[in-house]
Amino acid sequence: MFFLKSRPIEASSLHQPIILGKKARSMLESKGNSTFNKSTGLPRKRFYRARAHSNPLSDSHFPVPLSPQHVDYSLHFPQIFPSPDRSGDARRIEFADVGCGFGGLCISLSTLFPEKLMIGMEIRDKVTEYVKERILGLRTTNPGQYQNVSVVRTNSMKYIPNYFEKGQLSKMFFLFPDPHFKEKNHRRRVISPFLLDEYAYVLKEGGIIYTITDVEELGVWMRTCLENHPMFECITDEELEADPVVKLLVSATEEGQKVARNGGQTFQAVFRRVALSG
Amino acid sequence: MEEAQMKEEFKTETNETQMEEKETEDTQLEEKDSYLQTEVAPALIALHPFDQSIAVTVGSELRIFNLVKNCAVSLADESKEMLHRDSIRALRFSDSGKLLVSAGDDKLVKIWGAESWQCLCTVNSEKRVSAVAISKDEQYVCFADKFGVVWIVDLVGLAENQPNPDKNAVAIFGHYCSIITSLEFSPDGRFIVSADRDFKIRVSVFPKYPLKGVHEIQSFCLGHSEFVSCLTFVHNSDFPQGFLVSGSGDSTVCMWDVTSGSLLCTSDVGREANLSEESHPAVTDLYATADGSLVAVAIQRQALEIPLSFDLLLSILQGILLLSCDLSAKRLSMLKVVPVPGETFIPTRLGTKLSGNLLWMVTGASNLPGTKESSFARIRAVSCFKKKSNDSDLEPRVLEDTEVPGGDQLLEKLQGSVSVESTVFSAAADALNAAMSSLLRKKQYSDEKRDFRKKTRNDKKFKQ
Ligand SMILES: C[S@@+](CC[C@H](N)C(=O)[O-])C[C@H]1O[C@@H](n2cnc3c(N)ncnc32)[C@H](O)[C@@H]1O
Repeated sequence: MFFLKSRPIEASSLHQPIILGKKARSMLESKGNSTFNKSTGLPRKRFYRARAHSNPLSDSHFPVPLSPQHVDYSLHFPQIFPSPDRSGDARRIEFADVGCGFGGLCISLSTLFPEKLMIGMEIRDKVTEYVKERILGLRTTNPGQYQNVSVVRTNSMKYIPNYFEKGQLSKMFFLFPDPHFKEKNHRRRVISPFLLDEYAYVLKEGGIIYTITDVEELGVWMRTCLENHPMFECITDEELEADPVVKLLVSATEEGQKVARNGGQTFQAVFRRVALSG
Repeated sequence: MEEAQMKEEFKTETNETQMEEKETEDTQLEEKDSYLQTEVAPALIALHPFDQSIAVTVGSELRIFNLVKNCAVSLADESKEMLHRDSIRALRFSDSGKLLVSAGDDKLVKIWGAESWQCLCTVNSEKRVSAVAISKDEQYVCFADKFGVVWIVDLVGLAENQPNPDKNAVAIFGHYCSIITSLEFSPDGRFIVSADRDFKIRVSVFPKYPLKGVHEIQSFCLGHSEFVSCLTFVHNSDFPQGFLVSGSGDSTVCMWDVTSGSLLCTSDVGREANLSEESHPAVTDLYATADGSLVAVAIQRQALEIPLSFDLLLSILQGILLLSCDLSAKRLSMLKVVPVPGETFIPTRLGTKLSGNLLWMVTGASNLPGTKESSFARIRAVSCFKKKSNDSDLEPRVLEDTEVPGGDQLLEKLQGSVSVESTVFSAAADALNAAMSSLLRKKQYSDEKRDFRKKTRNDKKFKQ
């Protein structure tokens, strides 16, 4: 008989945090603004080309944290979290802008809610890099500001639970998402009956989900999905009036501004996360 | 001006990247689906909870042996329409032993009466089926398809002697664009747990009216760094809720508290059993004893790259691992390897009855590329599969064929023949490993391939 010694292994020793690549880290930490165009103040394209390293944890080339505890806040919010060990600090990301595009909303929210931590989630590599540089630029030109906002490249449809714990978020934004008109592509829509289960999980009770689109069909779809979900309830018009964030849905996002310029119509659905009844 | 221009550039570039990304994901799933047609499926085994019968699948074939009467069982209707047409991928008895459910690549879910062996009901699935579970009250069968959607069928009106009511499945929740590998109800029936290829385990509250959907997520159990392959609950009378135990392609077995989703303990079985770290053999199945003291672990055979002494090879590579489980300390620890002497037996599935002290194991494959044999299955049983004892006579031991209950008749029925050509064992193990990797492991693009993908994207058209 072959015996092996008995030795339980602690979870922590096995799974090291895996989050941003070296290059991304140095980008986030880079101080100077030489990567910015002097006349426009915008980040220069050539400094945010796609990362050379890939992470074997995913089919695509972006790293995925093993669990929300593995999200390294010191890379995203270095001034607030000087060290990766955040055990003594109860602050967590509370707002998520899913499919944040060029980051306009996040950036507006950052100064409107300076005490809250927020993150944009974007699947496109270069767009994410752009937003990263945009935030770094704002941090350098406005010392002390924009420390509470960051961006991450990920597929939100697969990895939301890897970033946020149960009930961690108080606001989620789905602004001008891709419409996916074809019936067979409806399952690619970021608002769907099944994905709402996950959003309900990461949102705390009373948390708010904001959706808006200029595509009427998608607007109806998102509203219907939310109405049919037992853990969301529609927010009254009076409350919407009083919520300063609602105005930003159009005015702060790049897509919203475009729609407004063209005088287009928008369709919004704003719902509250409620406890499951029955 | 420059801003607008740049955004336009981004838009063309990124729309395509994005399309590509999504297309890849979808085609990967679709490709996998068609590739599977020639894929090898592992043999499965299930034990009746009160030891009345034992079921084994090899490819599309469902084989039953009655352990009470000691005889082979034929299904009530063996006409072609009543049988599976492609590899069976999931097999399980209900807790009462009244039902057996089988399902797989032919997109059929079959519910059998485990007395009459009539097919009581056949449910059509839109996609290939990868896992099944039966609710604790035996009112519902849940199954998962290859696209990550979990479906439910209510069993109202299902009875022996009046088979085949029309039943439709209703989708109740999903893992977006992933493959669900395992479905399991918690011992108290409160939760349904689903594991996937994306390292995730989702614990959902199983509601009173599940046909309306399963919306409330209790927790996610996150920490595996490869696909999760199998789940089981370890519990006993002192710990009636017990803990969830999962096996993974990362060569570890983890223990979880499903209420909070917290990871309680990790046992790196690949390393502890001295299997090569590079090869990362996947855990393929788990089985816990009724007293919650032991977990048996089936692990893939590793590629024999590292030179090991012959003795070591025999003792390490063949057989099953036993973990001892301490529910009060929430700990799993490596206990021993139970070797299978004489043949390269790498179990594909494990099974045991609730009360039993025999652990049954099967190894086998639906088809064997590159050999004369069409399919094969080999059954072994381990005695004294219960709490370790200091009495060395009671050490777990693999039974000789002559000692197996049911003897030759059982082997003849379940294996297809009393003796099995030993040369096919390795071929089958290799084919099964390859099939599992291609289905569940994430593709790692080589640098050249990634460069090619990049060049064919629009990025490079940027003027610097
Ligand atoms: C039309 S844009 C809207 C951007 C921004 N919200 C706005 O209003 O200006 C939609 C964005 O969602 C991103 N997106 C699409 N699917 C995504 C996914 N699965 N995960 C993360 N981002 C995604 C797209 O890359 C795109 O940038």
